[in-house]
Amino acid sequence: MAERRNPFPPSWPARIGFGLGLAYLAYAAGQLGIDGERLLRGFGEGGRFLARMVPPNFERWELLVEGLLESLQIAVLSTLLGIVLSLPLGLMASRNLAPLWLSTPVRGVIALCRSLHYVIVAILFVKAIGFGALAGVAALTIASMGFIAKLFAEAIEEISMKQVEAVRASGAGPAAVLIYGVLPQVASRFLGFSIYQLDSNLRNSTLVGIVGAGGIGGTLFAAFKRFDYEFVSAILLCIIALIFGAELLAGRIRAALR
Amino acid sequence: MSPVLRIKGLSKSYTPGKPVLRGIDLDIGATGMTAVIGPSGTGKSTLLRCINRLVEPSAGSILMEGQDLAALRGRALRLARRRIGMVFQEYNLVERLSVMENVLTGRLGYVPLWRAWMRRYPDADIERAFALLDAVGLPDQATRRADALSGGQRQRVGIARALMQSPALLLADEPTSSLDPKTAVEVMELMARLTGEAGVPVIVNIHNVELAKRFALRIIGMSGGAVIFDGPPEALEPAHLRQIYGGENWLDG
Repeated sequence: MAERRNPFPPSWPARIGFGLGLAYLAYAAGQLGIDGERLLRGFGEGGRFLARMVPPNFERWELLVEGLLESLQIAVLSTLLGIVLSLPLGLMASRNLAPLWLSTPVRGVIALCRSLHYVIVAILFVKAIGFGALAGVAALTIASMGFIAKLFAEAIEEISMKQVEAVRASGAGPAAVLIYGVLPQVASRFLGFSIYQLDSNLRNSTLVGIVGAGGIGGTLFAAFKRFDYEFVSAILLCIIALIFGAELLAGRIRAALR
Repeated sequence: MSPVLRIKGLSKSYTPGKPVLRGIDLDIGATGMTAVIGPSGTGKSTLLRCINRLVEPSAGSILMEGQDLAALRGRALRLARRRIGMVFQEYNLVERLSVMENVLTGRLGYVPLWRAWMRRYPDADIERAFALLDAVGLPDQATRRADALSGGQRQRVGIARALMQSPALLLADEPTSSLDPKTAVEVMELMARLTGEAGVPVIVNIHNVELAKRFALRIIGMSGGAVIFDGPPEALEPAHLRQIYGGENWLDG
């Protein structure tokens, strides 16, 4: 009689991988020296810090509004620039529409845009073109390009080539094929990516100021350094309100597009 | 009458050494419907797609209106394609565009890009599109999105789109295989009538031999990438079908 076949044969590579992961977790926890005493001390400090943050101090609201408006401008400008630059990039990076000799290097460029965190890119731009909002816009544009172009390329790779084929068979040129066969299939997803990117750029634009690239982040960092925690909490509340507002707006736009 | 299409020695191999088409020679007359029958995987679709170059032929020539379609590139290829309409098995409508936009897709080879983009088509095109939608029996569906239609309705739009090109030749790649039997007959009738009125010759790949015999003036039987029957429907005997599809048990009712 033949040996009974095992319906669920063990996967040794998976087991070894799981074991290695556990071992690394234990090693990392040991290295960082996280223990109970340290945690308790940290919680105590946290409580004192929170106590100094109330009540929030809105006395210097002009400074606050100015910073928030600059952050908003950075977010909107960098998102728009990022979208405009991502459209051709994403198209050139899609492996089903662009030839390999084009899509491979463009994928490299997109990967380069994504490889550095936007705060590091912001530092580079501050060093290169000086303090101010321009550096922030440039840094977040690069970040948006890396994000939207990649997702856009993936969306294009998932379209139905049957529809494209039919448009091409009618004798349409390359641009007409894009407008009639490709864009209708990806337009709604692309709008979704863009709204999401605006949303996350709003968040990001509040941070680039910390490295001197404009926006509310600079004000926030200065308040931290002066131990002016009441102003810090006022700034944080305003940022939270801004993000919530953007979230609501984005939700409305998405619902309207459906 | 001189043929609209003259195919000579057409071969295609997707992987080297495994030809799907083995040296096809065919003349297609300037009117009437030609049906290509044969088992799946025998190269019928490849044959059709070589004609409008959705597939690149490996060897051979396809003469139409004095030029070799197999050798065209770029603009010349697009100008040739706009003279060849195509109807697809799964309709291949751009689902997120309206019915009207799908029909007007047939004009993309003619109108300038900015007009197509801004949806500013010439009035004559719009009128013709409405006339075609009336002719295919969808007078009130112009503004609906293509993915809201039923299969039969979609194929009617597909036919309108192809005829919108004012084609000199219509290719139909199994246009009825995704439809129920009654709709299939209606679609074939519609296609035969409209192309007959416009004097456009049709090459149709079809699995349903009865439909082929009913509508086509000429049947081409393919097997193993070669033509093994070519004649009027009356001449198609069960012996030929055995030769085309192989085996015989399936023929006994």
